[in-house]
Amino acid sequence: MTQLEEANYEQYKHLVSERAFTGETMLLNMGPQHPSTHGVLRLLLELDGETVVNAIPEIGYLHTGVEKNMEYKTYIKAEVMTDRLDYMNTVGNNLSYCMAVEKLVDLDVPPRAQAIRVILTEIQRIISHLVWIGTFGLDLNASSMFMYAFREREMLLDILELCSGQRMMTTFIRPGGIWRDVPVEFEAAVRDFIKIFPKRIDEYEALLTKNPILLDRLVGIGYLDAATALQHGVTGPTLRASGVDWDLRKARPYMGYEQYDFNVPVRTEGDTYARYIVHVEELRESLKIVEQALNKLPMGSVRSENRKFVTPPRSEIGVSMEALIHHFKLWTEGFPAPKASIYSAVESPRGELGVYLEGDGGPKPYRVHMRTPSFDNLSVLPKIVKGTLVADLVAILASIDIVLGDIDR
Amino acid sequence: MDKRLEPIVKVLQDKFNVTYEEFRGEVHVFLTIEQIIEALTLLRDNHEFELLSAMTAVDYWPQQSPRFHVIYQMSSLAKNLTLQLRIPVNGDQPKVPTATRVYEVANWREREIADMFGVEFEGHPDPRRILMPEDTEGHPLRKDFPLGYEEPQFTFNFEEIDLRKPYAKE
Repeated sequence: MTQLEEANYEQYKHLVSERAFTGETMLLNMGPQHPSTHGVLRLLLELDGETVVNAIPEIGYLHTGVEKNMEYKTYIKAEVMTDRLDYMNTVGNNLSYCMAVEKLVDLDVPPRAQAIRVILTEIQRIISHLVWIGTFGLDLNASSMFMYAFREREMLLDILELCSGQRMMTTFIRPGGIWRDVPVEFEAAVRDFIKIFPKRIDEYEALLTKNPILLDRLVGIGYLDAATALQHGVTGPTLRASGVDWDLRKARPYMGYEQYDFNVPVRTEGDTYARYIVHVEELRESLKIVEQALNKLPMGSVRSENRKFVTPPRSEIGVSMEALIHHFKLWTEGFPAPKASIYSAVESPRGELGVYLEGDGGPKPYRVHMRTPSFDNLSVLPKIVKGTLVADLVAILASIDIVLGDIDR
Repeated sequence: MDKRLEPIVKVLQDKFNVTYEEFRGEVHVFLTIEQIIEALTLLRDNHEFELLSAMTAVDYWPQQSPRFHVIYQMSSLAKNLTLQLRIPVNGDQPKVPTATRVYEVANWREREIADMFGVEFEGHPDPRRILMPEDTEGHPLRKDFPLGYEEPQFTFNFEEIDLRKPYAKE
């Protein structure tokens, strides 16, 4: 029983099998600091030899109270906290939150800003999938994959830095548009990437897709059927690998996604290999969207002209008293939002990223809830790892693509 | 309101005698604690709401009574519809029946609400805290729980700040 002493025994009793108390099976903590738990996740494993009998995920080690903190900030200042949630999808988090604010106060976004938002969120999706494929490879001991993926990720982070001055915590998308127009070097930088990247994906595939060791370790492992996935609220590539064709970019288009021609990769196998294939195919699809959006990037303003919600351009402040007043009011007090609630969701690299936002008539959100995809995706893990080996558990955990910042909030 | 959502709201209205609100095309149906499980089951089985997308709560203390609202954000993949169910919950002894038998995703979501708001979910299979440590007192997302400021410790000032921590006085 000594293994259970640090936890409350009564609370854990029903989660493990009877055999754990006779010493027949072993209870083993994997994490909270383990290279393959992708952050601070602790898995309490019940093992019979190398076979996983039960896995109990323990989260909360990274909980930062983001939702509580956002209640104490104005709508626009609260946005910086969304960057820190899912640090692999910072632009997507900004987009999700800004869309919620825009819906709550009924604010328009100019077409150019919409197209730039699409380009940047798709770039962010590629960044996220690159980190995924790199760490996935690393977990399966293909450490060269990690190096290759991070090499390309660096190019994309440079593009984000070019636009916003920041590599990761960009806060580039703002309610009503984006912070500022993209610099002149932006287009060339993105085109450079579009030119080299398809070949690089081929390289990744040459390394992994038909690799016999990889096939042995992935095919038929960690099977997740569509019904179980939906019951557990699983979304994103993990759901699509189980045969459900559900992508919010297609189902409920936002930011003009209906104008772009792209496919939603779906696989029916539901195993770890299917999840790998869906991720790789999504890299190609995202690149297609980036190219199309860049080709028909409209001209014009990148921020809404509605001065009650969006600060005027810096150049106007020196010449217009009106602009100065709006600038002052918006940055000190913020803008009021109606006493109502909305739910708005976007497709993040990991699934449905939803924001429940409630206003009380004042300048601060009364309640913000982030519906983060990793949280629900992780909750299905105990179901799909039963009976697999510990080494398979590592592969399965890697394949559902979790980010602990996204889970703990 | 979406044309396809109208008959579904009508069914809920006839069956449970409920009110609904609409804001920017989103429909929020107000139910009572006793009705919620039946309504969730009905929506899942008869109206193809396969996904319980999100579940959260709001604390209206001290302005409103009952104090809490528990919110169920439903999605139908087959029909591409969303619907929100809300139940007002009394603040004295907040108790809600668990929805884990209808949607398994409610398991962790309810644990989160119980942890953050102190709403008890009756019949929950695993009622442990999920985000906060086991020994935390109170529920952080309640409006009467202060934001609080704890000084962060760094290597260079670790001991100095350690002396000012609450546990230092013990």
